[in-house]
Amino acid sequence: MGIGRIQNKFTKLQKSKQKGLIAYLTIGDPNLEISERFLELIAKSGADIIELGVPYADPLADGPVIQYADEIALNSGTNLVKVIDLAARIGPKIDIPIILMSYFNPILQYGPDLLINNSSAIGIDGFIIPDLPLEESRNFSLKAKKKGCAYIPLVAPTTTPSRLRKISQIASGFVYCVSVTGITGMRQNVSSELPEFIKRVRKNMPNMNLAIGFGISNPEQASIVGQIGDAVIVGSAIMKIINQHGEFGDKKTELSSFISSLKKALV
Amino acid sequence: MLPDNNGYFGQYGGRYVPETLIPMLIELEKKYKKLKTDADFLSEFESYLKDYVGRPSPLYFAQRLTKYCGGAKIFLKREDLNHTGAHKINNTIGQALIAKRMEKKRVIAETGAGQHGVATATSAALFGFECAIYMGEKDIKRQSSNVVKMQLLGAEVVPVSTGSKTLKDAMNEAIRDWVTNVESTFYIIGSVAGPHPYPMIVRDFQTVIGRETRHQIFEKIGKLPDYVIACVGGGSNSMGIFSAFLKEDVNLIGVEAAGLGLDSNKHSATLEKGSVGVLHGSKSYVLQDKYGRILPTHSVAAGLDYPGVGPEHSYLKDIKRVFYTSVTDSEALKAFKVLSEIEGIIPALESAHAVSYAMKIAKEIGPSKSIIVNLSGRGDKDVKRVQEIMEV
Repeated sequence: MGIGRIQNKFTKLQKSKQKGLIAYLTIGDPNLEISERFLELIAKSGADIIELGVPYADPLADGPVIQYADEIALNSGTNLVKVIDLAARIGPKIDIPIILMSYFNPILQYGPDLLINNSSAIGIDGFIIPDLPLEESRNFSLKAKKKGCAYIPLVAPTTTPSRLRKISQIASGFVYCVSVTGITGMRQNVSSELPEFIKRVRKNMPNMNLAIGFGISNPEQASIVGQIGDAVIVGSAIMKIINQHGEFGDKKTELSSFISSLKKALV
Repeated sequence: MLPDNNGYFGQYGGRYVPETLIPMLIELEKKYKKLKTDADFLSEFESYLKDYVGRPSPLYFAQRLTKYCGGAKIFLKREDLNHTGAHKINNTIGQALIAKRMEKKRVIAETGAGQHGVATATSAALFGFECAIYMGEKDIKRQSSNVVKMQLLGAEVVPVSTGSKTLKDAMNEAIRDWVTNVESTFYIIGSVAGPHPYPMIVRDFQTVIGRETRHQIFEKIGKLPDYVIACVGGGSNSMGIFSAFLKEDVNLIGVEAAGLGLDSNKHSATLEKGSVGVLHGSKSYVLQDKYGRILPTHSVAAGLDYPGVGPEHSYLKDIKRVFYTSVTDSEALKAFKVLSEIEGIIPALESAHAVSYAMKIAKEIGPSKSIIVNLSGRGDKDVKRVQEIMEV
């Protein structure tokens, strides 16, 4: 469970010379029941880790695709409590690590301590909180670690070397490298500055698993990014498939082949 | 003096924004700490306030309003007479001067009523910055004259169609722009809100209101006032005027927007009805449901129509140094009309909330007392809207 489970995953990937695929899904878009079916599908199609996105009405780090998904999910009545319930249901059915991604305010209202306790009990392996930077996350990351849950901080191209070293002290599981200065969403090209940025991160955070996200939307990009990181995070491109017009069955087929094509690019 | 080194006023404040922005916020904090005591910077700031903004703004004894209310002497701090028509310009000049020294080429801002947008566009024109203003579609409709002004001043007005289509979502979009363009762009936040060091910087630039007022009231009545009243949206005009009286025996009253009534769910009374949460980068009182979803708000005054409030206000509420109350749309509209008719001053609908509360208590506290109302802005922008409401 928790940190150990994530670490095992990365060790296994390394042994088989693969890079990891981390799939993000806004939970509750279009509703909880369908999210659950998409999650099973994503796990079956080759994702290595799943990120459960708690919908939020003010997602500062997110672009239009995830903003839209969040809005639909909130309108379908989804909240942090329901996402945790879903994690409890889905855990036994899928055999890969589950990360909870939420902005801080829903967590603050739920109670950070209670969330950490409940999550470790039901099998949420780690947390990503995009608006809880180093200075604000010391308590949370310590408590999560005590319970064996990973605290996965974000680092950006603007993060200085001395900050990278400090952040590595609160990190567990892996570190989320934001590939661009910007918000989530699909982009035409991988940033030319990415290799230099990741080199800087590695130098200041030796032995840390690095997952790279923001803007990665197709197998070609995943393959490029996979050559420098340990895992690739894909979100907006998945939510775009889910929110396009069409039948559930067609979306399932497309999503499944999209996930397998991403994974293939990382093997 | 607060905030502490981590940007906290008691338990409020902090920096709850994506990591991408943190190095820039640290740089800004360092830069500002230096500039705060830099004689060149301060004298440049003061000379713009004097020659460009038109400071000091008068403290005016509203004799007819006093008589009308039949009680305490009412004084108006005339921030409405500043260039661009509100207190907002004090802060935008200050921040633009910081941006200049940080060698930024572009400034952005969020705006609700459009006053901060106009003030930012004005400062951008003055110092030659490229400028984009984020404004909710709903606010673009109800404050259309300010939109035209911003465009005339050379700014791009970016309509925000997400969420509430008001100030909250305009600020979300401005922050997203900032995250994307952080190297080239300076974000001029308009209120004492946002991540540290903004609540401190904006407050400091607005303290000029309090310093002048204190000096002026001594000139007029030879002593401190009994009450200082200001409206509170994010809370910059109120922090500005309160700052000079915090350590004195003066009643400080912050007036929020009660909209259609505190029990109607259509209000913006964050301090009265909210709970502790995180919004736009700081921990403070916010209007939210039990799952942490920010609630929709309402006020006839676009500048008060905001579900958050500056962290220092939350602190001042908890330590009971400032009393926070609220005034409804219809009470504010009545004050808007009264002040126009008997003093010849058309106030901004935001400021009319403070006027209304002064009118409420003036008689009760009696003629031996004095009240200062911060008349934070003028009502030109609201004339069309008020006419529409009166006709209905």
